[in-house]
Amino acid sequence: MGRKSDTRSIVVRHVSKTFTLRYHRTLKQMSVAMLRQQELSDSFLAVDDVSFTVQQGESIGLMGLNGSGKSTLLKMINGIMRPDSGKVLTRGRTAGLIATGAGFHAQLSGRDNVYLNAAILGMTEAETRRKFDDIVEFADIGKFLDSPVGHYSSGMFARLGFAVAIHVDADIFLADEVLAVGDRPFKKKCLAKMQEIRDGGTTLFYVSHSAGSVRKMCERVLVLEKGRLMFDGGVDEGIKFLHYDDDKESALDTEDELDEEMGADI
Amino acid sequence: MSAPVAPADKRRVDAPMRPPWSQQGLLEVFRHRYILTLLVRREIAARYQGSVLGLLWSYLNPLSQFLIYYFVMGILFGRAQRTEDFAIHVFCGLIVVHFFVETMNAGTRSIVRNKSLVQKMAVPREMFPVASMLVSLFHVAPQVLILLVATLIAGWQPDPVGLIYGVLGLLIAMILGTAMALMFSAANVFMRDISNAVSILSNFVRFGVPMMYPYALVAARFRGHTDLYLLNPMTQSVLCFQRAFWVGATDDPARTAAIDLPPDFFFLTVRALAISFAVLVFAQSTFTRLERRIPERLL
Repeated sequence: MGRKSDTRSIVVRHVSKTFTLRYHRTLKQMSVAMLRQQELSDSFLAVDDVSFTVQQGESIGLMGLNGSGKSTLLKMINGIMRPDSGKVLTRGRTAGLIATGAGFHAQLSGRDNVYLNAAILGMTEAETRRKFDDIVEFADIGKFLDSPVGHYSSGMFARLGFAVAIHVDADIFLADEVLAVGDRPFKKKCLAKMQEIRDGGTTLFYVSHSAGSVRKMCERVLVLEKGRLMFDGGVDEGIKFLHYDDDKESALDTEDELDEEMGADI
Repeated sequence: MSAPVAPADKRRVDAPMRPPWSQQGLLEVFRHRYILTLLVRREIAARYQGSVLGLLWSYLNPLSQFLIYYFVMGILFGRAQRTEDFAIHVFCGLIVVHFFVETMNAGTRSIVRNKSLVQKMAVPREMFPVASMLVSLFHVAPQVLILLVATLIAGWQPDPVGLIYGVLGLLIAMILGTAMALMFSAANVFMRDISNAVSILSNFVRFGVPMMYPYALVAARFRGHTDLYLLNPMTQSVLCFQRAFWVGATDDPARTAAIDLPPDFFFLTVRALAISFAVLVFAQSTFTRLERRIPERLL
């Protein structure tokens, strides 16, 4: 903090998080397990001594295989979980696409749910009212706005959740597996919106398995492996480190294709 | 391909660096008033959606309890002849007891039921039990209105002291209810057995307070040993409500107060408030201890 202007946005220092796995929940199961001398519980290190610093306006791609601790790390940056040891500091408001659709109540209308969801993501009533039309337009749910979200198709449900989350004015934007849902035009719209957010100077923290979209969105890559930070550096080296560059799986290809298409609009 | 923008020349945040998790604690809940209001409104709107009678169920449930108590205790056991305005006596108790039991039961389940929210947003998690309490409180108002009409018909003469006791009585139930909701909601995450235990506790509350029998009966049966009975803040909460709306409806309020209310009534009320508050402080510290591990145990 000795510098005259502190431009750090996220500081993660020696952060670890352990989960306890409990195999047996009931008294009966526990006593049986004890007789057989089986383990009653086991602990598992989801995030293991991770440290890094992110400057304001940086866009980070967080990569790693399933179960490598990406979501847990994101939850700690978002403040949902606390680390067992170590320190997490952030500056300003954090929002993102990890709470999409959280708190949607199937029996309430899309309109009511937008207000509730926006509040959960930290927006005030005035702010929600101001952005309401943009949100509805982005979600593109048309006349269904006033019917219960329980009647929505799963795509519409996801779109409404995304639309709210993406309109939160945040200083740090976290995006977890954004492209997992939604049809192609919508994915395209989401990526474009995220680029807009990034270009506005918001710190972006992007979790993805798609080398193409990380290449497009990010300028730095972190790679987690079994909870440990194994790589922190440039995008191309990071992707090479993961051996994602020589994969020729069709899923990755379409993502890349999508990115190619988008290159034209920007 | 668009080149990423150089860091921080467009947006400069002046906010200090701080830990991202929300400050926890009951006081913090009231700093998030807007979202609390929305949560409460959602609960009220969604609770009886799709049922034909809707909100009416909130009154049918206490009404049916009232009729059962009145029939069994008042008519079958003959209490109605010996206790003046017995119906109002029962109803006074029922309002606070029903409010307390609802708060405790709904509160206990509040965090588990809202797990999708708890796992995704960084707000004080005390929010959920508090919201349960407020939803239950919302239903108290119309019940008090019904009580007012009934007691006025029975010849109630309002007195300011009594009304203050009425407010204090409700306050005791609110504080103690919130405390129970807080404690059990966190505990229920770790052991789902808690919600079953709480429904047993509810029965003790219903029978452990002078609702379907007058306090005079307890005083007569356990002469000199009523301390433990009076230590229960809910007993005092019910007595306060009866002091407010029942005593004034009887023919000789002074005599009724002397027989059916314990001596040192003011002291007992203050003590009940203090006990409830102490339980709340204990509940908050328990909650804080358990809260850290809630998100990962909610699977």
